[in-house]
Amino acid sequence: MAVVTYRDALNQALREEMERDERVFLMGEEVAVYQGAYKVSKGLLQEFGDRRVIDTPITELGFAGVGVGAAMVGLRPVVEFMTWNFAVLALDQVVNSAAKMLYMSGGQFPIPIVFRGPSGAALQLAAQHSQAWESWLMHIPGLKVVTPGTPADAKGLLKSAVRDGNPVLVLEGEMLYNTRGEVPEGEHVVPIGVAELKREGEHCSLITNGKMVLVALQAADQLAKEGIRIDVVDLRTVRPMDVAAITASVRKTNRAVVLEEGWEVCGIGAQVVDYVQRECFDDLDAPVLRVHQVDTPMPYAKNLERAAKPDAAKTIAAIKRVLYLDS
Amino acid sequence: MTRTRSAGPAPQALAPQAPPAAAAATNGAPAGGPSGDRGLHRHLLREMLLQRRFEERCAEAYALGKIGGFCHLYIGQEGTGTGAISVLRDDDYVITTYRDHAQAIARGIPPRAVMAELFGKATGCSHGKGGSMHLFSRERNFLGGHGIVAGNIPIATGVAFAIKYRGGDQVCLCFFGEAAVNNGAFHEALNMAGLWRLPVIYIIENNRYGMGTALERASAINDIAERARAYNMPRSVVDGQDVLTVRAVVGEAVERARREQLPTLIEARTYRFMGHSMSDAVSGTYRSKAELEEHLKRDPIALLRARMHERGEITDEEVAQLDAEVRAVCEDAWQFADSSPEPTLDALTSDVTAETESTAGAPIAAARS
Repeated sequence: MAVVTYRDALNQALREEMERDERVFLMGEEVAVYQGAYKVSKGLLQEFGDRRVIDTPITELGFAGVGVGAAMVGLRPVVEFMTWNFAVLALDQVVNSAAKMLYMSGGQFPIPIVFRGPSGAALQLAAQHSQAWESWLMHIPGLKVVTPGTPADAKGLLKSAVRDGNPVLVLEGEMLYNTRGEVPEGEHVVPIGVAELKREGEHCSLITNGKMVLVALQAADQLAKEGIRIDVVDLRTVRPMDVAAITASVRKTNRAVVLEEGWEVCGIGAQVVDYVQRECFDDLDAPVLRVHQVDTPMPYAKNLERAAKPDAAKTIAAIKRVLYLDS
Repeated sequence: MTRTRSAGPAPQALAPQAPPAAAAATNGAPAGGPSGDRGLHRHLLREMLLQRRFEERCAEAYALGKIGGFCHLYIGQEGTGTGAISVLRDDDYVITTYRDHAQAIARGIPPRAVMAELFGKATGCSHGKGGSMHLFSRERNFLGGHGIVAGNIPIATGVAFAIKYRGGDQVCLCFFGEAAVNNGAFHEALNMAGLWRLPVIYIIENNRYGMGTALERASAINDIAERARAYNMPRSVVDGQDVLTVRAVVGEAVERARREQLPTLIEARTYRFMGHSMSDAVSGTYRSKAELEEHLKRDPIALLRARMHERGEITDEEVAQLDAEVRAVCEDAWQFADSSPEPTLDALTSDVTAETESTAGAPIAAARS
């Protein structure tokens, strides 16, 4: 199997889907001539022309709405946000138009659209460019939210997103674009709403998603050296969430830690913990703990940023605590 | 640049196209479509009368608690929506705001389905899940009533984008109020429509007030059609109370959109005779009774009727007959809505997401040339 970067995996998915379906087009800031702010759309303008690969003005609200309108009458837009940090300007169209149109029209107008781009913090980009948006977006009925953590999942989930009949939000990671992994060539589709056990163990369940999958695997590797073997449950999709995968793991290990990139309050972990307490109450041997960003805007200084972010060390500490090994 | 001041009847070049077939069937226009000016004028008069009587029944139903939520009536503005929508083909698109009942009817959604939606019934045009502000019809390419001011403007732009993408010659008609032109979504969307030359006609229904805030208190310029200059877009100002002039000006813009794929911004100067919604006084707070009375003299229905009288196109008896007809249509719509079933409880959780891969959206016809 070919080893490719997360960036190229996304690029493959876009290219293959645009070849497969002429209704699919890509729109966003710098996606065409500049070849993508993060080069995810590299070569697509040359291959598909400016009818299907469209540079927009810097106008997130406007072009998100253009995408919704195009989807409403039968096209299948892929709208790139340079980052989800800028997409906050477009949320009216994402939430009030895309997510609700099918429902408020009594089922007449599905909105098959993909909104995609990097989410979360990179390095020293400070407060306005460093926010993980999953928990905001997964709150909304009518949306599907996927957060691929590996190149294979990036390709497979983006292809599923393009084919889905609903608004699907794909949250990528700036820090993931250069990561490498095995990716099946050609048709490779990862179903939306299905988690994957990325590491198998019996002592604790570490439930995570997106960029934190790599952090979780680092933590699992280090713990394995101490003889602690954990399940790493990669949610992959945070809405709809694969509750069965979470509960199956927790029933096996009887302990759980939830690791997410964003803030604690109303975070992904809050929802996971709710499922666990409802479905696995009698299975738990310890309270479920959460690892997340510190409850502050992201600072600029290197040391402060490091302290703010969730990482492998914090994750390991949490796992040891639920195993009562932290004394 | 287009700038229409003429108050005359529709020029020959734009003259009488048949109204949408479904509208004719639904609203009882003469079989075979209107013939010549007289038929057209009679059709437009009947459409506006129907909308007026329908909205009056809505006010009544709202007072009785049969309609809930917010309810924004179109009374006074009928000339704009009726004239504009009358030039469209069935395969064109209409998208509008929360003040959408009358435009939905003008576009050919049966009054029964509109009233049933307002009553929150399963037989409503959005199956009881949209209500007053969210009327939709896929069959009639009516892309909604939208509740966020200016939110429909980028969507209309995307519909036009899709038309051009597919090589079609349809157009998208997009209605919004004058207060929306101060919103970022308006500017973002018009910039792209001008930049990409999209077949969309933006119609500002300038009824003078965004809720209770007068245009002059909200906009840095009063001649708001001038905003089109910033986006390299043809523009027109039209008397929105004159249905025939609206029809002529919109018809010209529609032809330009079909032929050259150019967008147009049209400011229709109109006035709403009622409050912003059912919850505010008609006058006395943000506008005076005297001002209202002055505008009532330019009722779009009375203006067309007077013109038809002048030309000998209609008699008082015929007007009374038309009025009786449309009242009967509204009564029938009311009875239908009132006796229709509520949505079943499984409707609560249906249509949150589409079950399967969608082939989505109303079809876009292939290019005609």
